[in-house]
Amino acid sequence: MSAQADAVPAANVWRPSQARRRWSGWLFYGLAVVSTLMGLVMLGALLFDIFTDGVREVDWHFLSNYPSRIADNAGLRSALLGSLWMLAFTAIIAFPLGVGAAIYLEEYAPDNWLTRFIQLNIANLAGVPSIVYGLLGLGLFVRWLELGRVVLAGSMTMALLILPLIIVASREAIRAVPDSLREGSYALGATRWQMVRQTVLPSAAGGILTGTILALARAIGETAPLITIGALTYVAFDPNGPLDIFTVLPIQIFNWVSLPQKEFHSLAAGGIVVLLVVLLTANSLAVYLRYRMQRRLQ
Amino acid sequence: MVSQWRDALNNVKSVPRAHPTADAAASEPAGLDFARSRRDSLRRKFVERSVHAVLFLCALISVLTTTGIVITLLGETIQFFGEVPIVDFLTGTRWTPLFASKSFGVLPLVNGTIVVALVAIVVAVPIGLLTAIFLSEFAPARLRSMVKPVLEVLAGIPTVVYGYFALQFVTPILRDIFPQTQIFNVASAGIVMGFMILPMMASISEDALRAVPRDLREGAFALGATRFEVVSRVVVPGALSGILAAVILSISRAIGETMIVAIAAGLQPQMGFDLLRSMETMTAYIVQVSLGDTPQGGIEFRTIFAVGTLLFVMTLVMNLLSDLLVRRYREAYE
Repeated sequence: MSAQADAVPAANVWRPSQARRRWSGWLFYGLAVVSTLMGLVMLGALLFDIFTDGVREVDWHFLSNYPSRIADNAGLRSALLGSLWMLAFTAIIAFPLGVGAAIYLEEYAPDNWLTRFIQLNIANLAGVPSIVYGLLGLGLFVRWLELGRVVLAGSMTMALLILPLIIVASREAIRAVPDSLREGSYALGATRWQMVRQTVLPSAAGGILTGTILALARAIGETAPLITIGALTYVAFDPNGPLDIFTVLPIQIFNWVSLPQKEFHSLAAGGIVVLLVVLLTANSLAVYLRYRMQRRLQ
Repeated sequence: MVSQWRDALNNVKSVPRAHPTADAAASEPAGLDFARSRRDSLRRKFVERSVHAVLFLCALISVLTTTGIVITLLGETIQFFGEVPIVDFLTGTRWTPLFASKSFGVLPLVNGTIVVALVAIVVAVPIGLLTAIFLSEFAPARLRSMVKPVLEVLAGIPTVVYGYFALQFVTPILRDIFPQTQIFNVASAGIVMGFMILPMMASISEDALRAVPRDLREGAFALGATRFEVVSRVVVPGALSGILAAVILSISRAIGETMIVAIAAGLQPQMGFDLLRSMETMTAYIVQVSLGDTPQGGIEFRTIFAVGTLLFVMTLVMNLLSDLLVRRYREAYE
């Protein structure tokens, strides 16, 4: 019986085929390269498609006109101003709150259940779909605080949406400040807040600013929460303050895409070109700031 | 740097003495004033305490946000379920709250959401995982540092732009290949959404692959494995929980994504799996009602909070699950 078990049928012997192993390795390598290229090709196709559709729409006339039912006269003026107002108030609200929360969690928070709960909360908020923030803004700011469908309600909603991003980025920047600086500051008799204000914040400023700019860039492009709180799709006047009704760039683009006429689709592409240029500028600024701050620290 | 130290040094002058002695007081110039130093110390303590309290409140905003979301959603949803039985909502297959003959079965919206998310996952997971493998196992460091930021650009493009791209670029191509394709269809929205979540899928998987210790790879190489064998038998199995976390997070993102489906997938709630037809997702429905002239306060308007609650619960469960998985692979190798 044992003799039978020892006699393994010849077919089951492991016979490594060098050729097959090499061949499957190359095939897999090819697949990986092609996959990586696919993402890049898709990005290229997207940018090419949008710029060929939209770039000839963009001129001063397009930037300075109100939207119109006649495609030739339509422009982005009210949407651009609305985006600027919304962005300004979002920054004013979200920046101090986000940096404050980050300082608390990195420099002050004791290691207890409340701190862990707050951290878990921030992690989960980052994963909440943006449209749910819109429902929150609608219930809380538009209806309960009775602000109505105004810039301030939009900014507050957007501030809550980007708060987790600012907190995470600021925490990373603060954590990167070496402890020796803190100890030096304490050794010279500084209190905790003096230490944070004079030592930690100046060293972390680059990272904090970079993170904030990237978060604000996200706010410029968000559409869904503002539609939910009821930002309008057709505004033919300038919003002049936080309590005016408003529209923003992406909503104007969405409005044009949804119209059946072809002329409005190229207007949408033109709007996207403007939006992408704004985002590109913001991102370059963030990269430049990070680069400069890194050099100063070295 | 230097200026910080100078500032800190300047502060030394105002540090109050712990044990001021008569000798010290006598040898100091007339400037040392105990009453003032005590006032300074009290003031500093007050500033410290207030700053601590204010910073704590900033951190608490996140908890208040979550509380706000839950209260806003639940308040309206409970009222909604006062009029529509929860069982009818969760099991009904007809969704016509805006029609004369109202029906509140949410399953068509859930069906649309899941079908679009599945298409997105079928695109994002294989391409994302292979991209992650290429970047972590094959690409030289310089190539990697060039490719990664370009891929990140994909993640930074606003979703309304992807919506335009799906409707104006991908849909016409699909219609050339399959003439029966409707203008608004699930396939185009899903494919484009897949490329939107690709960078996230790739970057989380790459983190997981890189967390697998080098010893394991070198051990396998030492046994004569080819690079493909090392990747497929050692690295990917070792990073499996992290890769799974990336997949779940990608599904969660796909379910919550709004503008691509609102623009390219259409507004027709229906059951089924025909990718070339129009379907409405939960998020697209919320946009549809928000844009329309549905009066606030009625049962029709309340539906968006009920749908929003369902959406929130679905994404929350998946986010928590993926968080758990990520923590597991971190523990395994640290």
